[in-house]
Amino acid sequence: MLEVQNATKRFGGLVAVNQASLKVEAGSITGLIGPNGAGKTTLFTLISGFEKPSEGRVLFEGEDISRDEPHVRARRGIARTFQIVQPFAGLSVLENIAVGAHLRHAKRSDALASAERVGQRVGLGPELDKSASSLTVAGRKRLELARALATEPKLLLLDEVLAGLNPSEIRDIIPVIRAIRDEGVTILMIEHVMQAVMSLCEQVYVLAQGRIIAEGPPADVCDDPKVIEAYLGAGAAERLKREKVHA
Amino acid sequence: MTFRDIAPIVVLIALIAFVPAFITANTVLNFLVFTLIIALAAQGWNILGGFGGQFSFGHAAFFGTGAYAAALLQVRLGINPWVAFAIGTVVGAAVGWVIGYLSFRSGLRGSYFALVTLAFAEVLRILANAATFTGGAAGVLIKLDVRPGNFQFESRGAFFWIALALVGAVLLLTRWIERSRFGAQLVAVRENEAAAKALGVDTLRVKLGAITVSGAVTAAAGGLYAQYFLYVDANIAYGTWISVEVILAPIVGGLGTVFGPLVGAVALHGLGEITKLAAGSVPGIDLMVFGGLLVAAVAFAPAGILGLMRRSARSRGAARHA
Ligand SMILES: Nc1ncnc2c1ncn2[C@@H]1O[C@H](COP(=O)(O)OP(=O)(O)OP(=O)(O)O)[C@@H](O)[C@H]1O
Ligand SMILES: [Mg+2]
Repeated sequence: MLEVQNATKRFGGLVAVNQASLKVEAGSITGLIGPNGAGKTTLFTLISGFEKPSEGRVLFEGEDISRDEPHVRARRGIARTFQIVQPFAGLSVLENIAVGAHLRHAKRSDALASAERVGQRVGLGPELDKSASSLTVAGRKRLELARALATEPKLLLLDEVLAGLNPSEIRDIIPVIRAIRDEGVTILMIEHVMQAVMSLCEQVYVLAQGRIIAEGPPADVCDDPKVIEAYLGAGAAERLKREKVHA
Repeated sequence: MTFRDIAPIVVLIALIAFVPAFITANTVLNFLVFTLIIALAAQGWNILGGFGGQFSFGHAAFFGTGAYAAALLQVRLGINPWVAFAIGTVVGAAVGWVIGYLSFRSGLRGSYFALVTLAFAEVLRILANAATFTGGAAGVLIKLDVRPGNFQFESRGAFFWIALALVGAVLLLTRWIERSRFGAQLVAVRENEAAAKALGVDTLRVKLGAITVSGAVTAAAGGLYAQYFLYVDANIAYGTWISVEVILAPIVGGLGTVFGPLVGAVALHGLGEITKLAAGSVPGIDLMVFGGLLVAAVAFAPAGILGLMRRSARSRGAARHA
């Protein structure tokens, strides 16, 4: 469904994404993990069109979309959420979601009806008439999800939608994400909450300093010495192994 | 749009239409027509600035274009004034599109956009003041020839009704925008452009649409002005005064609301007129009232008079429930 080929993104001298390639199979939930500043969000901006790659290509359903504007990619069926939530603060929750719904529904009443359904689904039912700026962190994350979902995407890019939520909120939202996939939406998610990655993702890519350093099922990737070192520093994998032997 | 969307507008306009039946003093009618023209121009600004969040400081560019087009097309080219008025409105739309294309495509927003629109208006003012075709500094005088077919009327009431009809038409247009996909996308652009893009909104197209409609409406106000006063010069048509007027009225009345510009224009000019009557002809007293009202609006009623009324209605409702 989605294929990123040797994408590189430079900001001046900084190489935020370096020759990264990944594939997302239709119908899967694929994870993208990596330490802070690895370039995960930047890779999302390349896929969603907010930045253009310095090198490399982005293919969606076999077509090269590297030069398409963000709204064109949204029309093709790619929706993203923002790590730093971007609500339409002056609007109600329902109106926020309706902006997304308008992508596929020209009529106001249709868009509102669709927005209400989506809002109910992600658990914002009681909040629909409130101002978006009155939502809690968890509510805002749900709103990001709802708006993206309202565009009726084929591919959903989730950038840390679980960050800042408490364990019980995380437990509530994991089944929602799984249900979205079960209805046929392919998901690529950036996530630091490993419990969620383990339980949701079939395939995981690990990004460190702009490069993809590992890929595979989540359990395998977590045991990969390269990955452990990326998170914990050089020599960490060795140390951990020694500690295990001693224990 | 539903019946409930349209009914208040129709009722309000119908009520105001009776005003000339009771008030026949020319000075009062003059004041009312002038206020309606300002309201119309401000309605144009409100579509782009209030709904779209793109604050133009140069709506004189559209007002002046509408005024000069209406005047010059009939005086220089002998075109029927009604047709000239319509063409002026279309030219205003075109000027809006061009200014929008040049500034939005290069990503100008916020104060940069405001400054660029101001610059456009100033350039047009200087050109109109210098060119011979526009009559230079002397301006253009439209020949007095009172015939309805000539867009000139015996009674001021007729002009009042035309201005009112246009204000009513734009109230309906604005209501439609508010209830449409275009309006939802326009407000989304105002609230958060990146988020709007991510949701598939073609932000450039939406902003261009808004500035085009906005330019047309404000140009229509300019055309009406020329036709009413039968005189245009560069400092009237392209002057900063009108750019400021069209911003003040929506801010005082309620930014991004259907009735805001009309309420604001009536409040500003009504109060200005009353103080002029009360304080005598102290020069600039109405401007001081404008300034005072603006400061009061920004400080105490950021959602304008309409926002204030809604808030007090809500708290009264809450008090009743308690
Ligand atoms: N627009 C930009 N201009 C300059 N540098 C940028 C820009 N966007 C990101 N960067 C830099 O690129 C690097 C990667 O940032 P990115 O946000 O992609 O990391 P991330 O993996 O999402 O991190 P986190 O887990 O903290 O969200 C960082 O060093 C960041 O400072
Ligand atoms: Mg990030």
